[in-house]
Amino acid sequence: MVKWLLVLIALAFCFVFLLLPLVNVFAQALTKGWTFYWNSLAHPDSWAAIRLTLVVSAFTVPMNVLFGLAAAWAIAKFEFRGKSILITLIDLPFSVSPVVAGLMFVVLFGLQGFFGKWLDAHDLKIIFAVPGIVLATVFITFPFVARELIPVMQATGTEQEQAALTLGANGWQTFWHVTLPSVKWGLIYGIILCNARAMGEFGAVSVVSGHITGQTDTMPLRVEKLYNEYNAPAAFAVASLLALLALFTLALKTFLEWKQAREYERAQRAVGYQLSTPPTINHSK
Amino acid sequence: MSIELRNVTKRFGAVTAVNNVTFSVRDGELMALLGPSGGGKTTVLRMIAGLEMPTTGDVFIRGQRVNDLSVQQRNIGFVFQNYALFKNMNVFKNIAFGLKIKKWRRADIKARIIELMNLFGLDGLEQRYPHQLSGGQRQRVAIARALAPKPSVLLLDEPFGAVDAKIRQEPREWLVTLHTELNVTTVFVTHDQEEALEVSNRIVIFSRGALEQVGTPREVYEQPANEFVARFIGVMNVLELEVRNGIGRAGELEFPAPGQPEGQKLRIGFRPYSVQISSDLTHYRYHAVLRHTFFLGVLLRVELELPSGLIVRARMSKEEYAHQGLEDGQYRVLARDTAGLPPEREARHELPPSIAEHI
Repeated sequence: MVKWLLVLIALAFCFVFLLLPLVNVFAQALTKGWTFYWNSLAHPDSWAAIRLTLVVSAFTVPMNVLFGLAAAWAIAKFEFRGKSILITLIDLPFSVSPVVAGLMFVVLFGLQGFFGKWLDAHDLKIIFAVPGIVLATVFITFPFVARELIPVMQATGTEQEQAALTLGANGWQTFWHVTLPSVKWGLIYGIILCNARAMGEFGAVSVVSGHITGQTDTMPLRVEKLYNEYNAPAAFAVASLLALLALFTLALKTFLEWKQAREYERAQRAVGYQLSTPPTINHSK
Repeated sequence: MSIELRNVTKRFGAVTAVNNVTFSVRDGELMALLGPSGGGKTTVLRMIAGLEMPTTGDVFIRGQRVNDLSVQQRNIGFVFQNYALFKNMNVFKNIAFGLKIKKWRRADIKARIIELMNLFGLDGLEQRYPHQLSGGQRQRVAIARALAPKPSVLLLDEPFGAVDAKIRQEPREWLVTLHTELNVTTVFVTHDQEEALEVSNRIVIFSRGALEQVGTPREVYEQPANEFVARFIGVMNVLELEVRNGIGRAGELEFPAPGQPEGQKLRIGFRPYSVQISSDLTHYRYHAVLRHTFFLGVLLRVELELPSGLIVRARMSKEEYAHQGLEDGQYRVLARDTAGLPPEREARHELPPSIAEHI
C-alpha cells in the first residue's frame, strides 16, 4: 500500500514537472499547425541562430575533447605537484555562475577590458561576436569530457600503455592504439554531454553575445527574444528543437551507459580480479 | 653476458628501493629474481626493461650500456603480472602489435603469428578477445606477444602470480620447456622460493633493496651466504652460540668451536634433514620431546623441544617415522654424540647477518 503510494507520488511528480512541460513545448510549438512551425524555423533570423549554434558547438566540442583528454591523461596517469589544484580548476566552471563566467570574458576582452585597446587597435572582435560566444561556451563546458574520462582512465591503469611501450610503440602510437580505444565509451559520453550543454548554454553566452539578431543570437537566445516579442508559438518552435536534442542526448546516454557497464563487466572478467572501484558515470551535472 | 647490472641504485624520493646491486645474467640463462615483497626485485626488472631509470649505476644488455636507451630501443620482451593484454584487440592483433609497430611485412607477421600460436598451443583462438580466454591462455598470449618481435631478452614479472596456486605446476613446467626450446635469455621475478628453486638455472636473492646472494638453486640452498638467505630458502634451524673453552653452547646443545675466542657469540644454522632422531636412549646424547609433526607428503617435519625450551626441527621420511614408532608428545633423543648437532659438520653453516641488516 505504502509502496504504491510512493510510486504514485513519484510518478505524479515526474509527470507534472518533467513530462508535462516537455509535451507542452511540442504542443505550443504546433498550436498554429505544421506550416507555421516550419516557417518559424525557416525564418532567416531563426535559421541564423540554428546555424550559429551549430558553428559554436563545432568549435567547442573538439576543443574540449582535446583539453579534456590532455587533462584527464595528466591526472589519471601521472603524479605531479599541484594535481589537486588542477582537479579543482576543472570543476570551476560547475561552481561559477554562467553569468559571472560571461562577465569575466567581457572584463578581459571587452572594449573597456584588459585587452580591449589592443584588440580594437588590431581590429579583432571577441565580445559581441562569435569568438566570444565560443570562448564562453568552451569555459562552461570544459569539465564534461575531462570528468568522464578521469575515472575511466584511472580504472584502466597504465599497464597496457607500458606494454605497448615495451613492444616498441611511441607515445602517439600508444595513445592512438591503446589509450583511446580503452576510453572510447567514456569519451563519446563526455562528448554528447558537452555538446548538449554547448548548444543549450544561455547565461554566459547571453552576456558576451550582444544579442544582435541574425548575427550573434544562438538558439536559446533566439527563444528568449521571440518569447519577449510575444511570439510564443515561434519561440516554442525553436525551443522544440532544443527539446529534441535533449531527448536524443538522453537516449544516447542511456545506450552508452548500458554499453559501458557491459564493457566494464567484461574487463573485470578479463583482468580476473575485482577492480577496487568501478568507473562510475558522473551524474552530478 | 646477456644482461649486466653494475652498482645500480634506485631511489624513489627518500626511499631506496634498490641499493648498489651488481649481478649479471648469462646468455640463454633462466634467472629468478627472488625476495619478499618490497624487496626491490620488480624495480630491478623494470630497470632492465627501461620502465624505470637507475638513480646511479649502469645497466648493460648484450654488452651495450642501455641507460640512455628508451624502452622502445632496448629490444626486450616484457610480461606484466596481470598480463596487460590489450582488451580492445583480439589475440591475433595483440600478438601482431609489436610486429606492426616494427613495420614487419604483412605476410611475415602472419607467418610469425601462426608459428607462435602453434608453439604456444593457441591455435584457433586468433579471434578471441582477452576476456574470452582462461587465465593460462592469457598468460601464454602475453608471453607470445612479448616474444613475437624476437627480443634479445624476456622479462617476466611474477609470471605465476595471477594463476591459482594449485594449478601453477603446469605453467611452471611449461615455462621451463619453452625456455629450453627457444633458448632466449629469461629473467623472472617471484616471491615464491619454491618456484624459484624449481624453475630457474640461477637465483638472485634480494631483501630490502639489497642483493643477498646469487647462485644456482643448489648453491643458495646448501650454502646460504647469510642468515636471511638461510631462513628465506627452505626451513633452517638457527641457533645463537656462546663459546666457552672451545665449545659453542646454546642451551644444552654443544658444538665444537676450536680456535674461537672465549665469550664469542656465533650464529649457526642447519637444515632439518641433517638432524637425526632415535628412540635408542643409550646412544644418543640429547633428550627432547616431540611436540608437533607436520605432514608434507612423502616427508614429515617434526618439532622437538629440548628441556631448556630450545626448539629444533627435523625432517624424515614417512617410513622412518613409522619405523621409529614416533608419536606427538613422546620423549625422544636426538643427535648421537659429542660431535654435536648435526652430526656431519659440513651440513652446518656459520651465518653472517643479512646484508640488508647493515643498511
